[in-house]
Amino acid sequence: MEITYVYTKFRREFGRPGLFSDRAETVMVDIQPNPNLISNFVVKTPRDQATQACVDMCEHPVNTERFESTNCGVNHMEGAWPKDINPRDLEQTVRFKKKIEKEENYVNSLVHLGYVMDHCIRQNNTIDIYQEHFKEDTMEKVPELPTAKTMCVFRDPNKVKRTITGLSWHPDGGRKLAAAYCSLDFQKSPPDMSFDSYIWDLENPNYPEMALKPESPLVCLDYNPKDPHTLVGGSYSGQIAFWDTRRGSQPVEYSSLEHNHRDPVYKIIWLQSKTGTDAFSASTDGQILWWDVRKLSEPTERLVLDPSREGNLDRALGAISLEFEPTMPTKFMVGTEQGMVVSCNRKAKTPAEKIVCTYEGHHGPIYAIQRNPFFPKNFLTVGDWTARIWSEDIKESSIMWTKYQMSYLMDACWSPVRPSVFFTVKMEGVLDIWDLLFKQSEPTLSVKVSDKPLYSLRIQDNGQVLACGSHSGEAALLQISSGLSILQKNEKSLMAAMFERETKREKILEARQREIRLKERSRSEQSREDEAGREDGDDDPEELLAKVESDFYSLVETEMRKREKERRAAAPQEEEACDENETKDEAEDEGKNEEDKVKNEEDIGKTEAENEVKTEAESEVKIEAESEVKIEAENEVKIEEENEVKNEEENEEKNEAEDGQTE
Amino acid sequence: MADVEETLKRIEGHKGVIGTIIVNSEGLPIRTTLDNSTTSLYARLLRSFTTLARSAVRDVDPQNDLTFVRIRSKKQEILVAPENNYLLVVIQNPSE
Repeated sequence: MEITYVYTKFRREFGRPGLFSDRAETVMVDIQPNPNLISNFVVKTPRDQATQACVDMCEHPVNTERFESTNCGVNHMEGAWPKDINPRDLEQTVRFKKKIEKEENYVNSLVHLGYVMDHCIRQNNTIDIYQEHFKEDTMEKVPELPTAKTMCVFRDPNKVKRTITGLSWHPDGGRKLAAAYCSLDFQKSPPDMSFDSYIWDLENPNYPEMALKPESPLVCLDYNPKDPHTLVGGSYSGQIAFWDTRRGSQPVEYSSLEHNHRDPVYKIIWLQSKTGTDAFSASTDGQILWWDVRKLSEPTERLVLDPSREGNLDRALGAISLEFEPTMPTKFMVGTEQGMVVSCNRKAKTPAEKIVCTYEGHHGPIYAIQRNPFFPKNFLTVGDWTARIWSEDIKESSIMWTKYQMSYLMDACWSPVRPSVFFTVKMEGVLDIWDLLFKQSEPTLSVKVSDKPLYSLRIQDNGQVLACGSHSGEAALLQISSGLSILQKNEKSLMAAMFERETKREKILEARQREIRLKERSRSEQSREDEAGREDGDDDPEELLAKVESDFYSLVETEMRKREKERRAAAPQEEEACDENETKDEAEDEGKNEEDKVKNEEDIGKTEAENEVKTEAESEVKIEAESEVKIEAENEVKIEEENEVKNEEENEEKNEAEDGQTE
Repeated sequence: MADVEETLKRIEGHKGVIGTIIVNSEGLPIRTTLDNSTTSLYARLLRSFTTLARSAVRDVDPQNDLTFVRIRSKKQEILVAPENNYLLVVIQNPSE
C-alpha cells in the first residue's frame, strides 16, 4: 500500500511563483582524506554486530514476606441463576430450565454433542484403552534409594527459642503432635522465656493448635493412648501436670510440691491399667514415682534407684530415660545418668527385689531406651557416642553396637513397622536411619535435618512420618521412603536369627571370660597355699620385673666388659677413651642398680621364693619372658653392631695413625 | 426437542453409564440424572476445568480448539463434550 502524506496550503499563503533556471554545477567543497590520520586508527577485523532497539531489562529477585493464610470453608450456594429467579423457588427454576430447553441453540448443540459423546462411550465399551497388558503378579520393584523428605517444620512462635525436649504423637492416627519445650541449659534460661508447650496440627504448620501452659517448662509429655484428649507432662521443677485438651490450656491438676521429684522430670509414660489413669515418671533425683492422675497430690508408689537395693536416696542413680512396653506391664527399664540400664519389676514383693538387674556398657547418660516392638527381649539404648542393642539375657555387655560416632547421640527409637530399622538423632543436627539387615557398620541413610543439635525424636505409629525436635525449637516432620517403612518378606525371621546369633556370641564370650577368671583364681589360690611366709601377694609381678631387669642389666654389663677388653687391646685413642669412660660410667651405674636390685631381692624373698615365683607364674610369664628375651636379644644384636662399628672406627683410626706414622 | 430426548436416552442407555449432566455456560445444570448435590458439584468443577483446558489448548496454538475432555480415575471415567455454551457431562464406569 502506498503511503501518502497530504500537505495542504492555501493558495493565498503561497508566495510569488518560483522562477527556475539552469546553472552548471560547481563544486562547493571538496574534502580529501588526510592520510596522516591513519596513525590514529587501527584496522579491525570486520565483525557482524546485530543491534536491536529494545528496552533494557534486568533480573531482580524479590522475596515478599511470608503470606500467612488460613484455610476456612465457604459454603457456596447455587449461583449463576439470573437475577429475577429465586433459586429456592422450585417452580421458577423449573420454568427457567424449560425455557432454555426450548431454545434452538440448545437443541442444535446438544444433538451435536450427543454424537461426539456417543462415539466416545462406545469406544470405552468396545475396548479398554487403558488396559494393563503386562500385568505381573509381583512386579519387580526397582529398589529405590532410601530417602527422608522434610514435609514441614513447626517453629516455636516465641521469640526466645527453647529446645524441644519431648515429643508425643496423638494416639489416634497421629494427626497431632505434642511438643514439650524447655531450655535444659543449666540456669541459662532467660527471664522472659515462655513456659508454654504446644500441640501442633499437621494440617496447619503455621500456628500451634493449642498451647499448654504449665507453671514451669515441660521437659517431657505423653498422650494417653487410651484417651486421646488427655496428656500428662513432667516439668523442669519436678512437678507432674495433667491436661485435658477439652478443658483448655491450663493443667487440670498438678502434683503437690512435697511429693514430687526434686529434679526435672525427664520421662513420663502412661501405664496400662484398668482405669487408664496411671502413669509413671523418672527423674535425675533417683526416684521413679507412680501416679494416678485423678489424684496427683501423692504418688501411689515410689522406687529409689539404688543399685545396692537399700533404698538409699543418696546413692541412687539419676534416671534419664524410661521404657515401658504395654505387652509386658510388670517389667520396665530405666536408663541412668551413670550409664547403666536398670531393669525393674514392678510387682516384686519387697522394694529390694524391685531392681532385677543392671546392664552396664555406656560411658555416659543413657538418653533413650526402647524395646524392639517385634522382639521385646532385645532393646536399644543410646548414650555417649554409640547406640547399643542388648539382649535381656546377657548382662555383661550389649550384643550389637555401632561405631563411635562423631557427635553425641541424643535420642533413638525403633521403627514400629520394621524390626530391623531404628532411628537416631545426633548433636550435629543429623538424623541417622539404621537398617540392620542392610548394613550394620553405618547408617543406611543420614539426613541433615537442621544446623542445630537435634534433641528428640518420635516416629508415628504408621512408621512413615518422623518428628525431630531441635535445639532452636523447630520440630521437623520427615516422610520416610516406603523402602524403609514397609515390612519386607522374611524380615522378622532374619532379624530373629541375627539377634540370636549375636546373643549366642556374647554368651560364648561370657562363658570364656568366666573360665579364664576361674583359672586365674584357682591358680592364685594355689600359690597362696604354697607361699605361707609371703607378706603380700601383690609382689609377684613386681618381683618378676625386677628379676628380669636384673638379668638384662647383667647381660649388658658383660657385653660392655667385653668391649672394654677389646678396646684396651687396640691402640687407645682419645675418642675411644672418652667412650670407654662413658661406658665405664654406665657399667658402674648398672652395677650399682644390680646391687640395689640384689639387695631388694634379698629383702623381699630368698632364692626359694624366686624359684617358686618362677614355677608358679611360668605359663603366664613365659610370654612376658619371651618378649623380654627378645628385647634382650635385640639389645645384644645392637651391642654387637655397635661393637662392629667401633671396631671399624678403631681400624680406621689405626690406619690413620699408621699413615700418620708412615708419613 | 424430540431429537434431544432421543439423543440423551441413547446415551444413557449405553453400558456402564452412571449419569448424565447438561451444564450451561455459567455452570448451571440444566438437566441431570443424578442427585442435586452431586450434580451441582460436578457442574461447578467441570465447568471451570473445561474452560481452563480450552484456554490451555488455545494458548499453545490459537488455531486449535478443545474437542473433548476425558478424566479417567480409578473408579470411573468422566467424559465432557464442550461446546460454546453448553457442556454435556457423562460419568461412565469403564468395562472391567
